[in-house]
Amino acid sequence: MDAIPTLHAGEARHTMRGGALLTGPIVRRAALDAFAKLDPRRLVRNPVIFVTEIVAILVTVLACRAVGVGQPGTFQAGIALWLWLTVLFATFAEAVAEGRGRAQAESLRRTRTDTRAKLLLRADDRTLWQPRSATELRVGELVLVEAGDLIPSDGDVVEGIASVNEAAVTGESAPVIRESGGDRSAVTGGTLVVSDWIVVRITAAPGSTFLDRMISLVEGASRQKTPNEIALDILLAGMTIIFLIAVATLVGLASWNGQPPSAAVLAALLVTLIPTTIGGLLSAIGIAGMDRLVRFNVLATSGRAVEAAGDVDVLLLDKTGTITLGNRQAAGFIPVPGVTEREVAEAAMLSSLADETPEGRSILAFARERYGIVTPELPAEARVVPFTAQTRISGLDLPAGAYRKGAVDSLSRMLGEEPPPALREAVERIARAGATPLAVAKDGRMLGAIELKDIVKTGMRARFDALRKMGIRTVMVTGDNRLTAAAIAAEAGVDDFIAEATPEDKLAYIRKAQAEGRLVAMAGDGTNDAPALAQADVGLAMQTGTQAAREAGNMVDLDSDPTKLIEVVEIGKQLLITRGALTTFSIANDVAKYFAILPAIFVASYPELGALNVMALASPQSAILSAVIFNALIIVALVPLALRGVRYMPVGAAALLRRNLLIYGLGGIVAPFVGIKIIDVILQLLGLA
Amino acid sequence: MTLLGWAQIALVLASVIACAIPLARYIAAVAAGRVTFLAPVERAIYGLAGIDPARGMGWKGYTLAMLAANAVGFLILYGQLRLQGLLPLNPQGFDGIAPWLAFNTAVSFTTNTNWQAYSGESAMSYLSQMWGLVVHNFTSAATGIALALAVSRAFAAGALKELGNFWADFVRMNLYVLLPLAIVVGLAFVAMGMPQTLSAYIEATTLEGAVQTIPLGPAAFQIAIKHLGTNGGGFFGVNAVHPFEGPSALATALQIWSQAVIPFALALTFGHIVGDVRQGRALLAVMVGFVVVATGLIYAAEAGGNALHLAAGVDPTQGNMEGKDVRFGMALVALFTATTTGASCGAVNAMFDSFTPLGGMIPLFLIQLGEVLPGGVGSGLYGILVFALLAVFVAGLMVGRTPEYLGKKVQAKEVKLAMLAVLVLPAAILGFTAISVVLPFAVSSIQDAGPHGLSEMLYAYTSAAGNNGSAFGGLTADTPWLNTTLGIAMLLGRFAYIVPVMAIAGSLAAKPKLAVSTGTFPTHGPLFIGLLAGVILILGGLQFMPALALGPVAEHFVLAAGKTF
Repeated sequence: MDAIPTLHAGEARHTMRGGALLTGPIVRRAALDAFAKLDPRRLVRNPVIFVTEIVAILVTVLACRAVGVGQPGTFQAGIALWLWLTVLFATFAEAVAEGRGRAQAESLRRTRTDTRAKLLLRADDRTLWQPRSATELRVGELVLVEAGDLIPSDGDVVEGIASVNEAAVTGESAPVIRESGGDRSAVTGGTLVVSDWIVVRITAAPGSTFLDRMISLVEGASRQKTPNEIALDILLAGMTIIFLIAVATLVGLASWNGQPPSAAVLAALLVTLIPTTIGGLLSAIGIAGMDRLVRFNVLATSGRAVEAAGDVDVLLLDKTGTITLGNRQAAGFIPVPGVTEREVAEAAMLSSLADETPEGRSILAFARERYGIVTPELPAEARVVPFTAQTRISGLDLPAGAYRKGAVDSLSRMLGEEPPPALREAVERIARAGATPLAVAKDGRMLGAIELKDIVKTGMRARFDALRKMGIRTVMVTGDNRLTAAAIAAEAGVDDFIAEATPEDKLAYIRKAQAEGRLVAMAGDGTNDAPALAQADVGLAMQTGTQAAREAGNMVDLDSDPTKLIEVVEIGKQLLITRGALTTFSIANDVAKYFAILPAIFVASYPELGALNVMALASPQSAILSAVIFNALIIVALVPLALRGVRYMPVGAAALLRRNLLIYGLGGIVAPFVGIKIIDVILQLLGLA
Repeated sequence: MTLLGWAQIALVLASVIACAIPLARYIAAVAAGRVTFLAPVERAIYGLAGIDPARGMGWKGYTLAMLAANAVGFLILYGQLRLQGLLPLNPQGFDGIAPWLAFNTAVSFTTNTNWQAYSGESAMSYLSQMWGLVVHNFTSAATGIALALAVSRAFAAGALKELGNFWADFVRMNLYVLLPLAIVVGLAFVAMGMPQTLSAYIEATTLEGAVQTIPLGPAAFQIAIKHLGTNGGGFFGVNAVHPFEGPSALATALQIWSQAVIPFALALTFGHIVGDVRQGRALLAVMVGFVVVATGLIYAAEAGGNALHLAAGVDPTQGNMEGKDVRFGMALVALFTATTTGASCGAVNAMFDSFTPLGGMIPLFLIQLGEVLPGGVGSGLYGILVFALLAVFVAGLMVGRTPEYLGKKVQAKEVKLAMLAVLVLPAAILGFTAISVVLPFAVSSIQDAGPHGLSEMLYAYTSAAGNNGSAFGGLTADTPWLNTTLGIAMLLGRFAYIVPVMAIAGSLAAKPKLAVSTGTFPTHGPLFIGLLAGVILILGGLQFMPALALGPVAEHFVLAAGKTF
């Protein structure tokens, strides 16, 4: 097996919304909507399908007239029917995509309706409030939210602390803490305060809250065409015009020697040649791409942002919490000469007995696992020496001795003695390897060092390798010193790092990369991340982050998991690939359609042109009808692919292109030969043409 | 087909490519102003014309300068042709050219088409040839190269505001590239037996005692630039089939070399200008690939012979020699035909009208593909770049990024302009042909009934819109309708194409140049070469399939069935 992990965008590693691709109610509703979308005023936004509809109307009129004057109009009627189905299948595809989004929007909308807010009349008095409808709140007003209340609108906590259930937006029911100041001050309208109280300053005008944006986004109501989509639309419109010219001029060209083909036949030729497949599926692909992101619990402010994610070639990732687990953990005890490892372990364990920090816990766990030292109960006579910013030392005084741990310099300053050379050496070695050394002392004697390591999350190296194959450089951002940063960067396998990073450093790095012609994505949550988030081409803000960060980024991750930036990039790429693949497929189909239709329409003037009927289609009428039917059915057949997206694999662009060209280019040439032939055979069996 | 024939083809093509490589570097150096051996002349021209060669122009300035230069050139040529009878160097005493024909001819030579609805030796004075047509052979070629340079520069760096100076490019291409090459090739042609004289036509008495007028004239140097500038307008009416215009197989080989070497070189020059020679090689590979395949198809079709001839007892080993000169042989005719239509030259050394239906379809299709294989001097390069942008756009999405070509993002604006450009050919070719096979006064120009007649009309508009200039034959072209509409087709094919292409260049130039990574769509390998070829065939060719099916393809099957019209 290939060692490359296939990162299928949408793997259920995170909270996922929604379920099956197509469900009964969605399909039923979409089938109805498909008819409503036939309104030419709406369809004109989609030039290819609009032209198809015009042609369908034309052929319908012709068929009616033929029947009216007593001619057999079955062939024309057959063409008309399938042209209408072509249009319907296209509108159906869009309706299905929208339907899936709407189902999500419904559940969101329920949380929004009619929240009563407690509007504070004076900033300094939270006992004095009056009820006010949430939809009438203005930016800057203060509201009180108490346990059991829904937060009426987006805002910042200015006073108080509360636990909030944000399941409405994140799908995660465990409450989170929201408090004034710091990086956890942002609250979202529609979420529920489950304990305590907070005073919130409203930051969003009615109708433009996070929830409102999310609803309109998943519904596709305010959907704007993205830049690539517009460009593709123009290409498709251009091709439609070219084929219009080719078919219209055929009237003149064919009359040079014989009769020009009938209008119904020309209509069939036109519709099969213009790129109806991609034209019909284009908007569905766009909606589904956005939908995939939402199901992945990431909200983008626009489709443009999703596309930009596909273009990214530098990824800025925070070290802590993203690349590493976030907590340093004990990974070794190094004794000075004359002391055993076990003695150091015991001393380290005892000095950490009252240490509730994750580092302290990890020392106990490591001592237990590696040396089998059972963690005792904290003895009653013990005197805890807490860590302070001044001493930078913590420990425990027991009758058996005084145990201390801390940075080696702090410890030696306190003890008033130089650390033994062996300890100095060990400490330096640990620091060089990117870990944090602590010294352990018992009764004023330094016994050895504790190695605290930043643990890189499992699987990160493979993911960075995959990103590199996609042509994306990963950059680790950390406040650590260069030495530590370099070691962790090497262990995690990132391409570059920014050590001792300040917010300005991040911003400068992004600007520099952009000046070199790269597109940068980053994740951030703090207020001081906001400038960098705004500068980055894709800024993924954390739902738990500050309002400033959320406003600056163009995406918000409801799970607050910065690693998801990687999947966001993949979803962006997948969206573009799906469009490109179906466009290629659609255009490549034309070759076979020519072989089906051209001999059929010219065989009357030149019977010898029957030699071009390489598919040996039964009759000219059957050939034309088969091509039209194939052209319509292929849209429906590709709806699941359009909604799901083409599979994305993190390989280089060259390999990806080769693969997709083979499948959708070559496949696009071959598939209709087979499909049209099969339809022709079926038509014969049914005696329809 | 014979091994010797293929060896001839290989030898000539190899010598073209071998010379294109250094020529490409040289043209790039000239374009950058690094070649200065004629600096005094250059400075004198700039001084007289008040040009500052260092002043950069944006795409609009560049395009306007080009349009102005061409408009003035057109008016001067039109006036000169109309007033020919009053002007000197007219030993034959030809009258002024009629208005419709003068319009058609002036457009034709301004647009680098060189469609000729006249016969040089019986209509044009020496002054008209030398001072009218030859000058335009230079200027239209230099215009094309200058535009290609401007478009190439758009890809060279990020955030560019200027694409160069049209006047400087124009002067330098004439002075350093076209003139020296034309002098060398012209001298070679003189040595091979082409006339270069201002003396009057010779009256000769034939063996049968009849009096024959043998036309002469300053032909050799005009023929040199006719090929080098991919103009194609012959000195004599039958072009390179005339013994004075195509004296030997060696001269034919040199003509093939001349009409292909600059277009091929410009593909590589593009690589030099954008700072990545591989990019130029990829474009060249597509061009050479198409020329080789087209040559092979023509060669095979003609060597296979005409079914009716064979049935009548013609030696099948001869193939279809109707309309071909035994001096050149079938292989060189095939290569000449593929390069003259692929390269938008339009000179002919055989009569396409007499080709087998499929043999005649290949030159027709090569022009319809957009004259980019390798296309006219300059126009071939900017034409294939339009296809490259479209190829990158369609397939580039499949690597999951906003498509980019050489670090420049291809977005809505570029796609819109590229589609506008691509629309010109089908609209002009199919539109005018469809009308002209229906209108009675247009139909009367057509010589043959059946599908061949359609091919004759289709070829005329194809040749005009593609700015090729070659004639299929069998069409009476000197009528007001054809002179006018073909003239319009030529103008559309040239200027309606150039303006959007220059707008693309302007738009791309201003964009930042993105860095390359493994996520970047590679545009230099075999994969891209194949893709670009496919896109040219599909976006450039598919729309012509119905017309071709009714013309040469129908004729082929009908002929195979032994039917004639």
